[in-house]
Amino acid sequence: MAASNHGVIATFDTAADIFHAAEKVRDAGFKNWDCITPCPVHGLDGAMGVRRSKVPRFSFIGGVIGFFTGMSLIWWTGAVDYPLIVGGKPLFSPMFAFPVAYELTILFTAFATIGGMFFLNNLPMHYHPVLKTDHIVRGLDDKFLIVIEATDPKFDAAETKAMLESIGGSEVTEIES
Amino acid sequence: MSHVDSSATQPAILSEVKPAEFPRATLVEHNRGFDWITDKICGIIEGRTPGWWWACFALACFVASWTVGGITYLVATGVGVWGHANPVNWAWDIVNFVFWIGIGHAGTLISAILCLLRQKWRTSINRAAEAMTIFAVVCAAIFPVFHVGRVWFAWYLFPIPNANYIWQNFRSPLEWDVFAVSTYGTVSVLFWYVGLIPDLAILRDRFYKAGNKVRSWLYGVFAMGWRGANRHWSNYEMAYLILAGVSTPLVLSVHTIVSFDFAVSLLPGWHTTIFPPYFVAGAIFSGFGMVLTLMLPLRSIYKLEDLITQYHIDCMCKITLATGTIVGYAYGMEFFIAWYGANPYEGFAFINRAFGHYAWAYWIMISCNVITPQFFWFKKIRENTWLVWVLSIFVNVGMWFERFVIIVTSLARDFLPSSWGYYSPSIVEIFTFFGTFGVFSVLFLLFIRFLPIMPMAEIKAVTPQGDPHAGHNAH
Repeated sequence: MAASNHGVIATFDTAADIFHAAEKVRDAGFKNWDCITPCPVHGLDGAMGVRRSKVPRFSFIGGVIGFFTGMSLIWWTGAVDYPLIVGGKPLFSPMFAFPVAYELTILFTAFATIGGMFFLNNLPMHYHPVLKTDHIVRGLDDKFLIVIEATDPKFDAAETKAMLESIGGSEVTEIES
Repeated sequence: MSHVDSSATQPAILSEVKPAEFPRATLVEHNRGFDWITDKICGIIEGRTPGWWWACFALACFVASWTVGGITYLVATGVGVWGHANPVNWAWDIVNFVFWIGIGHAGTLISAILCLLRQKWRTSINRAAEAMTIFAVVCAAIFPVFHVGRVWFAWYLFPIPNANYIWQNFRSPLEWDVFAVSTYGTVSVLFWYVGLIPDLAILRDRFYKAGNKVRSWLYGVFAMGWRGANRHWSNYEMAYLILAGVSTPLVLSVHTIVSFDFAVSLLPGWHTTIFPPYFVAGAIFSGFGMVLTLMLPLRSIYKLEDLITQYHIDCMCKITLATGTIVGYAYGMEFFIAWYGANPYEGFAFINRAFGHYAWAYWIMISCNVITPQFFWFKKIRENTWLVWVLSIFVNVGMWFERFVIIVTSLARDFLPSSWGYYSPSIVEIFTFFGTFGVFSVLFLLFIRFLPIMPMAEIKAVTPQGDPHAGHNAH
């Protein structure tokens, strides 16, 4: 295994090809690998053995924080910091505070969702060995790629290349890291 | 889920009755491949700037200068340069605000609600519709911000500590509106940006390959190093779904709260419970009118007939028809409640709308909003692109008049006959409003020049090539 290499990349022509190839790579027991596709391929998560995304946890926490931010903002400004009776109404009530708390729930959920997505994806990462390959242009355009990383315990440059070729991959090459 | 043997799971009865295959509408005509889609959409950005673009851009800048001029004059002089006078102290500014915010709603409907409803045809139009949303919110924001008069105090709208120590009145629907609209603008930008990331990555790599390092770097910065990895797509799709999920209640709440600006007051003609749903339907109606107005010329100029097919136009026309009919129903129901509620002030407000001094505006509204969409019942009309485009303009005009009718007729004839008046806009108002079409066009032209006008990844995902199980049921 060449220490300077990031891994091996192979090209597949159709969504069905990569779907079946991904199942075989998964069943061969690889862990540090990924498919590069121009669009999300339906069912590929299952074929790769990728678990359900954890983004919703971030969203939920963001939403809860947003709701309580709205409620406590209105309570603190109107009933604590500068109590002011308007129209004989109570200084605070969750009823009139609801629309603002509702909007802030959505606002914070949206930020948490996007932040969570970037965090879980380790993005932004502007320099990545895969981005330096010639394959990537086609991989975002019309081809489907599989990358198996050298850090995978089962990785062996020659064997992995042979395996990718046997499952239908073409242009199997090593990626410089 | 991947290895479903279809013959084993089908109920036995199906082989006996042999149901007819119900063909799904093709979303991309001529069976175009992925590379064709990429080249088509990226080609618009990579090609030379067309002559018509410069002509339109120059015209749009000229029209936008009216808004700039009108606002500069207002800031230098005072809000009195607008035609507001007792009893109509709120007129074109709020009319224009509601008009533009409403237009934005179709963009969010297409990107969020149709996403949740799995309407795959949305993919071809959602990018441009979302751009329309953002630019419409920009145009809308101009009016309330400058209506505060001393615009350098506009930040008093937000709960930021200031030297007066006093805080905002959170019981006011206008304060709710500040939060609703600013959240709406922010979330729309975020949603739009998330959708753009994979497409920006394509542009980054294509410009790099073409040797244009500067543009590759610029697109690359915003592409965040996207590399199309499926482990990324997994989180990305979940994030996109959640954003659609939160944008749906958001878009409904925004126009609900906008309608609260009126419905929570006590003025006859405003104080009605039908306002929230009626405003939301009207907003979507006007927004689809604007989507058609924008997409049909784009389709023709850039030869996008394979991506925006007749099926897409049909769908948009039908939504316009449905929401327009809801709006027509709301107009009728308002009259019914005004009569059935037996409130003489309410009754007068509605009779006055239809037959009073502003009857001309009311009947423009009825003809544009209730009659125009009914043409979309007919397939022949939906297939006539020019006619659809003209009808969509009528929808835009009608929805502006709807807000004018609601706001001005109610204020001009309030409880005290001694203060009744007739409102006419000043020349400054007229130029400021028409200039916003220029502001919108400048932004939209920049968008079609520099950003992919369709989400390539999303379109690819709904083509047969993007489906790993297409065309073969038995494994």
